[in-house]
Amino acid sequence: MQSDYAVRLDRVSRHFGDVRAVDDVTFDIADGEFFTMLGPSGSGKTTCLRLIAGFDQPTSGRVFLHGQDVTGKPPYERDVNTVFQDYALFPHMNVADNIAYGLMIRKVPKPERMRRVREMLDLVQLSGFEQRKPSQLSGGQRQRVALARALINHPRVLLLDEPLGALDLKLRQQMQIELKAIQKKVGITFVFVTHDQEEALTMSDRIAVFNQGKVEQIGTPEEMYEKPATVFVAGFLGTSNLLSGEHARALTGLAGTISIRPEKIRICTADERVAEGLQSARGVVRDVVYLGTHTRYLVELDSGGDLVVIEQNLDSHELPRGQRVTLAWHPEHLRRLA
Amino acid sequence: MRASFGLKAAAFAALAFLHIPLFIVLFYAFNVEEAAFTFPPPGLTLNWFAVTLQRPDFWRALGLSLQVAIVATAIALVLGTLAAAAVYRTRFFGRETISLLLLLPIALPGIVTGIALRSSIGLFEIPFSFWTIVIGHATFCVVTVYNNALARFRRMSKSLVEASMDLGANSFQTFRYVILPELATALLAGAMLAFALSFDEVIVTTFTAGQQQTLPIWMFAQLTRPRQRPVTNVAAFIVIAITTIPIYLAYRWTSRTTDVH
Repeated sequence: MQSDYAVRLDRVSRHFGDVRAVDDVTFDIADGEFFTMLGPSGSGKTTCLRLIAGFDQPTSGRVFLHGQDVTGKPPYERDVNTVFQDYALFPHMNVADNIAYGLMIRKVPKPERMRRVREMLDLVQLSGFEQRKPSQLSGGQRQRVALARALINHPRVLLLDEPLGALDLKLRQQMQIELKAIQKKVGITFVFVTHDQEEALTMSDRIAVFNQGKVEQIGTPEEMYEKPATVFVAGFLGTSNLLSGEHARALTGLAGTISIRPEKIRICTADERVAEGLQSARGVVRDVVYLGTHTRYLVELDSGGDLVVIEQNLDSHELPRGQRVTLAWHPEHLRRLA
Repeated sequence: MRASFGLKAAAFAALAFLHIPLFIVLFYAFNVEEAAFTFPPPGLTLNWFAVTLQRPDFWRALGLSLQVAIVATAIALVLGTLAAAAVYRTRFFGRETISLLLLLPIALPGIVTGIALRSSIGLFEIPFSFWTIVIGHATFCVVTVYNNALARFRRMSKSLVEASMDLGANSFQTFRYVILPELATALLAGAMLAFALSFDEVIVTTFTAGQQQTLPIWMFAQLTRPRQRPVTNVAAFIVIAITTIPIYLAYRWTSRTTDVH
């Protein structure tokens, strides 16, 4: 069936007793997209993934895959496959049998099974590991087997539940690049769950930020970072200066919460002139932290409130504590938040 | 750290204490005397083997014991696995109670179980038969399978079942290709233990057997007859052979498969 989306959640909720794990969520995931569901633990992102996989059913709302309503259908009747957080490799089977499991269930003849297993092992760079048991593999290798076991079925959507969480930092960064490369190569829709904002920014075409069972904002990594819509998004993706109430009114003349990223603010001594078209404010440097590539200032504004400013160390002079300064920024970088 | 001489000596003494009586039983199966045992035996013979093997009552008792043990073990395998799966996978009212009730028959003295079964059998006017023995044995055999299966279930990652279903397998296929192979060694160990418990059970059997004699009861009855005493030794010899060989094989098999996990 033709449709312009791979996954559609239509007003989906999942309640566990009084807890609204997923609360009235609606969004589409485009075909071939690398879509990330980002949020802190307990925000509903994993529950959402399980609703798409079919391990769990929504309390209300409907789940569609490629134009087909799959609400209520068990996992084995959905054209999606999952890479589990703990990999869930079958301990009693060797690598080849693990990868071939889906084909074995579908009664694909053995020669073809073996051929496709070799193809997959090639794709995840594990050729020659056919006879190993999962217990004889490292974390990164298990991860690749889990990926191969899912991809061999040529699902139209691949779900990944924090698959890199158990790996150490270096391996995780390497796997991020590899996953992205594999996704490009096979052209399958990837739905990726993570709590790591850096991971989300690195890999995704689009990100959905989850908070308390609701989707706060959906957009490209750049949109999400540059134009956060809510206080939560501004704080969860990177760091941001948040000003509200009187302090915000003093800067913008309007009520509501405003946010501005520390690296968007320029800092100079109070007697320097501010360039045309920039907004500015005056204050006093309260704290200076030298961090090698950049310096972080804490500036107390005359109009009230503090702003953190990050200045690249282009010159080697830093402003001393107590120095009177002018802060300037492009008006578009000052975001009013919901 | 190397064990001291004293510790080694104590260990050997304990092993000897445990196993010398076994060797005495085996050794006197070859004794020429028919009533009294003296040391050293006046002569050795294979005659008692011939005598024992020609006695139909021995064969009847052995056959009954084997049948009871096999059927009780089979029942325990099915019920024990199902009970373990239910207690592991679902939360329901009275779950802990069921766990306790399953463990009770092995914790209670056999004599209590025996009397309880005898009263119930009498109350419902069920005639004593092969099946009353089997039911009696099944009460404590279920526990061994249940415990082993539950322990293995708890070690199993919950996502294995989901992974299998995610890859297209329905419930039956998931059981066949994932759950059963994962449980296999635990079920084997549980079944071995259940079989061994059933095979040499005396107390509960006494209360549930009626006129039939299982092998242990038959052997006990032989002791009261002064003639042909080495016949019991020969029977013991055969029982040891029947029970140790499969246990040894199972041990080899499970230790080989578990070092992979």
